[in-house]
Amino acid sequence: MPRLAVLTVLFILVAAVPVSQAQMLNEPGQSTATTSGEVQLYDQAEDQVRGFISIPDEKLSVLVQPEGREWREWRQQILPWVIGILFLGMLVAVFAFYFIRGRITIRGGPSGRKVLRFNGLDRFAHWLTAVSFLLLALTGMALTFGRTLFIPVFGHGFYSWLAESSIMVHNFLSVPFVIGLVFIIALWVKDNIPNRADWAWITSMGGLLSKDGKHIEAERFNAGQKAMFWTIVLLGTALVITGVMMMTPFAATGVGGMQVVHVIHGILAAVMIAGIVAHIYIGSLGMEGAFDAMGSGEVDENWAREHHGAWYKEKVQKGHADSSVGRQHPAPGE
Amino acid sequence: MARMAFLCDSGRCIECNACVTACKNEHEVPWGMNRRRVITLNDGDAGSERSISMSCMHCSDPPCAAVCPVDCFLQTDDGVVLHDKDICIGCGYCFYACPFGAPQFPQATNYGSRGKMDKYTYCAGGPEGEDGSPAEYQKYGSNRLAEGKLPLCSEMCSTRSLMAGDQEVLADIYGERIVRRGYGLPAPGWTTAYGEDDAGTPFVPYGRRQS
Repeated sequence: MPRLAVLTVLFILVAAVPVSQAQMLNEPGQSTATTSGEVQLYDQAEDQVRGFISIPDEKLSVLVQPEGREWREWRQQILPWVIGILFLGMLVAVFAFYFIRGRITIRGGPSGRKVLRFNGLDRFAHWLTAVSFLLLALTGMALTFGRTLFIPVFGHGFYSWLAESSIMVHNFLSVPFVIGLVFIIALWVKDNIPNRADWAWITSMGGLLSKDGKHIEAERFNAGQKAMFWTIVLLGTALVITGVMMMTPFAATGVGGMQVVHVIHGILAAVMIAGIVAHIYIGSLGMEGAFDAMGSGEVDENWAREHHGAWYKEKVQKGHADSSVGRQHPAPGE
Repeated sequence: MARMAFLCDSGRCIECNACVTACKNEHEVPWGMNRRRVITLNDGDAGSERSISMSCMHCSDPPCAAVCPVDCFLQTDDGVVLHDKDICIGCGYCFYACPFGAPQFPQATNYGSRGKMDKYTYCAGGPEGEDGSPAEYQKYGSNRLAEGKLPLCSEMCSTRSLMAGDQEVLADIYGERIVRRGYGLPAPGWTTAYGEDDAGTPFVPYGRRQS
């Protein structure tokens, strides 16, 4: 019986040969030749045409890659607008918010007593990522807009130097950015898991829009901060992956893949830059007492009570903060 | 004014790779870089196999010049696309945009710059400096065009498959060949490089550098 089975398989294989040969001869593109001696090599250059070459550089076997036109369109027309609109749009939105809503103040006034919110390691992770991201964004935008903005002012020679330096800075700062990202994930991911309490924050927009709306009791991070955390972590990781692919061109993909990688890197960078503009605003100008969290690391107890009530209660229980003097006893300064 | 182009007659190319070798020798192009290469389509398929010698086509509207972040390209009045290696930062954008894979880089994978881009110059050296000077030869190879000669690859093509010169003259020669032998394809890459129909529209070089 086994012998019969083997014979059957063999027979099927042999019988299949002419069929597969016929399929190979029927390849589209070869059958569309019109005259004898004329061979249809490719239709109106809509798709990549690949052939055989006798040199080792495999990516040169592409005869025509019309996708380059789309990439050019993207690089010259779309990318500057995407970054420009998102970046400037967010700046305008933030300033509009400032003039309409005003600075978010500590309602009970500063108490003058501090509670530790971010220790030295937390702040190191934050500022390592922050400084490298700011420089990455600046050098990236210098390369995107330099030809339009800088060459008419500084000339070709100086901008060439500036662009080359920008690439170097951009490439090397990826290392501290990755280290910062790893620290951020390790230190804060446990406090950034979304939970039921976040829903209340989202539905009321965290009291951002109304001056007298009550703050939602938040834990160490509220839903807005969690959103920012995951934006930075996920977009940052994607930016790192695409960035490494661009630093080692053609290591993982061909020319078409490199174009896609460039598009992804550009869009994500634009979104993240806009997000960071909002983050910087709310962490400095937009909210009284917020900068202390990443500045000295210690926040005012009244700020903590209003913005992160649940977290503050926990601190009090652990004895890290004193809640006996609260809102009813304002700081001596008032 | 002549508009320089080149044309590869795929009905005549015999994949001898002499153009590739001549180019590498004439300009002393380093290992791993190819200003010119021969691509064989339908390789091994008797009757439909065709070879095409491919390099920079010196497009009318060069994508490389458009996407260059440092604007290092210059198109001459003859339509030859040259690039300034003193300004090039080796970012590789021209390779992503080029339909023909012409730009070459000394370093393929490098943490940092990929080195100065190098490509087929139409044997016309670089945009800056003195024609035929040792400095120009160091950077771009020899400048045959300044001596009144056409690119070496097409000058020495044994089957006259690869031809360089004024686009209109080339089109006439190719048209006559097609009529005589009774078949012929659209010249490879011409539509992509020079547009759908450039008859009657005078050639205008891509926007000049401001400084």
